Amino acid sequence: MIQLEKIRFSYPNGTEVLQGLDLSCGPGERIGITGPNGSGKTTLLHIIMGLLRPTSGSLILFDRQPASEKDFREVRARTGFVFQDADDQLFCPTVAEDVAFGPRNLGKSSEEAHEIVHRTLGMMGIEHLERRVTYQLSGGEKRLVALATVLAMAPEVLILDEPAAGLSEDSVDHLLSVLDSHAKTRIIVSHDRKFLDRSVDRTLILDKGVLTFR
Amino acid sequence: MHLEEFAEGQSFWHRMDPRVKILGVIGFALVTALATRTTVQAVAILVGFGAIATAQLDLKKVASRMAVVNGFVLFLWIFLPFTTGGRGVAQIGGLTLTAEGVLLAVSVTLKANAIAAATIALLGTSSVFDLVHALIHLRVPERLVQLFFFCYRYISVIHMEYVRLRNSMRLRCFTPRTDLHTYRSFAFLLGMLFVRSFDRSERIHQAMVLRGFAGTFWTLDHFHMHGRDWITLTGMSLLIGSMILLQFLGGFP
Repeated sequence: MIQLEKIRFSYPNGTEVLQGLDLSCGPGERIGITGPNGSGKTTLLHIIMGLLRPTSGSLILFDRQPASEKDFREVRARTGFVFQDADDQLFCPTVAEDVAFGPRNLGKSSEEAHEIVHRTLGMMGIEHLERRVTYQLSGGEKRLVALATVLAMAPEVLILDEPAAGLSEDSVDHLLSVLDSHAKTRIIVSHDRKFLDRSVDRTLILDKGVLTFR
Repeated sequence: MHLEEFAEGQSFWHRMDPRVKILGVIGFALVTALATRTTVQAVAILVGFGAIATAQLDLKKVASRMAVVNGFVLFLWIFLPFTTGGRGVAQIGGLTLTAEGVLLAVSVTLKANAIAAATIALLGTSSVFDLVHALIHLRVPERLVQLFFFCYRYISVIHMEYVRLRNSMRLRCFTPRTDLHTYRSFAFLLGMLFVRSFDRSERIHQAMVLRGFAGTFWTLDHFHMHGRDWITLTGMSLLIGSMILLQFLGGFP
């Protein structure tokens, strides 16, 4: 589903963070990515999602090579991306509106979107948050709602950037159970080895611009 | 977001004491804005462009900034020539074009460009931190200086916050259209930015108070007036003085 070959990327100031990186992720695969701060993990995710364009290399997503913003729109509809900081993701006044935002963009009607909001929050066990103001949620609640806003779009692959950072143990358990039932294919970036051991099948290390097996 | 793109350089203006530049711009802007004679306005625009020419700036970037100013001026050209009372010189589609209106529009154009050019050449060539220090040394009320400083310091933080939210919208397949969903989403985005900025300012203030902030900014750098700076200050005063004289002397348009 996701295939990266010899991806290179440098920032305008000249630092080359990715130096010929390869990565492939098929259906049902659960991949973890770890690596030191500043090694380019977030950059890599942004390249997959089309927020950044690689300097060179090939990017094959769902058997196609997306080139334009329009191609990536299709990719984004099938790939759910959850930001590291939930505050970067939640921007609507209430939880219900934020969860409905993605489905509405995919062309669902207002009624359908309402239905999806109920279903998504219900299956995650957070239906009591529906009317809450996103800005006043606790850290753990925000994280779950951010995940809900993406799951509501029914993505085929889920990409998560540090999903467990700052979560208490029971929140982590809750997160893992939601992931296990609703995100079979996933790529997770994290520093937390213990969390990766519980959530993915193999972990790659991003260092000096390439991915290697742990 | 890069707000100080003109601040790096080695020209005459870059090396000038920022206090001299601030005083110069204030004096020049005041006299130019109040000048009613075309001759004085013409001198002003020559001075403004002269300042740009000596600042060794990337002229393309300067032009794009001047274009912003002239975007506003363009609007005045649409209305002023027709709405100012006076001697009609032409009829366009039932509207009367007056000579006074055209002259007024010309004078606004000259003044706006002169002041904008001088500001870019003089103030743009200092970093914002230098300007802030200079304002404190010039005894400008500290609250005003702090207001200016925080605007600058956090505008890029808020801009980054905006970019992140906008990205998250893009990743959830948002494409702006002319419909209620789009308007509502942008309204939410703006509202969220306001709420976050307010909260962030509270946290920054708390962090400052916890480090003992009691309303005073301590300046580390102190400026020294060199001979060159005194000469420029004198030159600027003479120039501004002669513009005032020109304004009050008879015999010119």
